[in-house]
Amino acid sequence: MALSIDTLAFAYLVSAILFILGLKGLTSPATARRGSFQAIVGMIIAVAVTLLSPEISSAIRPYGIIAIAVIIGAAIGITVAIKIQMTAMPQLVAMLHSFVGLAAVLVAIGTFINKESTGGLNPVLMGELAAGIVIGAITFTGSLIAFGKLQAILSSAPVVFTGQHWLNLALGVIAIVFAIHFGMTGSYVSLAIVTIISLALGFLLIIPIGGADMPVVISMLNSYSGWAAAATGFTLQNNLLIVTGALVGFSGAIISYIMCRAMNRSFISVILGGFGVAEGGEASPMAAAAEKGVKAAGVEDAVFWMDNEGAKVIVVPGYGMAVAQAQHALKEVKEILAGRGVSVKFAIHPVAGRMPGHMNVLLAEADIPYDQVLEMDEINPEFPSCDVAIVVGANDVTNPAAKIDPTSDIYGMPILDVEKAKQIFVIKRSMRPGYAGVDNLLYYRDNCSMLFGDAKEMCEGLAGALKGGH
Amino acid sequence: MPEVVTIMSPSLVALYVFVLACFIGYFVIWGVTPSLHTPLISLTNAISGIIIVGALLVAGFQNASASVETLGFLAVLLASINIFGGFWVTQRMLAMFKKKR
Repeated sequence: MALSIDTLAFAYLVSAILFILGLKGLTSPATARRGSFQAIVGMIIAVAVTLLSPEISSAIRPYGIIAIAVIIGAAIGITVAIKIQMTAMPQLVAMLHSFVGLAAVLVAIGTFINKESTGGLNPVLMGELAAGIVIGAITFTGSLIAFGKLQAILSSAPVVFTGQHWLNLALGVIAIVFAIHFGMTGSYVSLAIVTIISLALGFLLIIPIGGADMPVVISMLNSYSGWAAAATGFTLQNNLLIVTGALVGFSGAIISYIMCRAMNRSFISVILGGFGVAEGGEASPMAAAAEKGVKAAGVEDAVFWMDNEGAKVIVVPGYGMAVAQAQHALKEVKEILAGRGVSVKFAIHPVAGRMPGHMNVLLAEADIPYDQVLEMDEINPEFPSCDVAIVVGANDVTNPAAKIDPTSDIYGMPILDVEKAKQIFVIKRSMRPGYAGVDNLLYYRDNCSMLFGDAKEMCEGLAGALKGGH
Repeated sequence: MPEVVTIMSPSLVALYVFVLACFIGYFVIWGVTPSLHTPLISLTNAISGIIIVGALLVAGFQNASASVETLGFLAVLLASINIFGGFWVTQRMLAMFKKKR
């Protein structure tokens, strides 16, 4: 039983609407789950009607192949989704982006071979195929590099060399030339060259981007994976793929823009790369010298400041909290304090963590209600009236150098106004600078003390001291 | 007298759809709350698994050669990982976002 092309198109329209409503649901955490569910229904409809498409052979064999692929894919996908730790979300997303890219390449090549066998090729279609391959291949290798950097298989330091951008430009031009040649002749050799160059480009475009810019890289690759799907939609003349690709492409592009704005950097400067230092690198001499200038404190000092009825505490979590898995201990601290009449809020900088919104997910995982977790613009006016600010593994996003030191790499970046709190405690393992490789002036302030140690142990220490104090 | 073409080409229709969808994307995404940016990325990632439609058409092509079958199989497999993994992890994350009781 094959559906008519019009029935198919109508079902795709329903799917597209469900995807749009699904994304719209993310306007608020209250409607988000329903949105995600709508998107799932949209996907089920799209797959179901495609299986009944007149374009699919009615023989048993293709359905068998498809069924096996879907079952294996479902098993892998669900297993990973259940097991993945929330701290590892950036890596998971990077890996999944690479799959979309590779799938787009495979679909384009398969479509080319199929259409060639039926004589359905024309230059426009071939141009679209080439575009799908280029974008898909760049997404694939680019995402693999991002995954490697996030998973610390590769160094997160930017890899820069002379003539890098010229090399990329030259490769891009060569890829376009061969894509045009492929479009005109259908040459397999040109197709192979376009594919290989695009794979190389994805690799070369992401290696110069440093760890500090990972939130941008992830959203950028998110965007690319959308454009890859849209390009496939053009080759298949499938409006659902075009609509979905455009939605995803724009989504990634807008988040990239928001991330760049939050770092006061232009999108171009992020793409050109070279920003940020290696994680685990040696402490800079400046930081080492600074070790003498800062005050170290113990958890009891922090408790002394916080444990007063009516006090106002703002917690600033960063990647250090994620690495140490300190969110649950932090929640305990919050609960104890809240029980003693202390107001506790959480302040999130847009680029805290390794992907957009990463901190919000970790705090949600620890059961911290989302209405106590505030964005930068909402919370900044509250710092001057706050008694204690606790910085848990965040660094660059609290650095006053962004406001007062025009020579600093991070000058002009919007920061959380932690320095305005009456007393500041910074939980940190060492004096090593943050991802941007810049020394944090906050630590030298009179009202700032350091709690040196692992974020989780320190938060547990705080909770213990709070309990013991009464 | 040559026949007058009154229907635009399919490629142009596709372009219309694409451009209008970009506008929808633009307005819908700006409305997403920053606290849900991670679920947004994982949800968009799951729905970009829609590439499975293309993968199904490749795998299910009449008289597909063995190499095309292999390409189709791999593409369906990858897209399925995306769809199942992406939606599952999105639901898992969103379930954690709770308001104060």
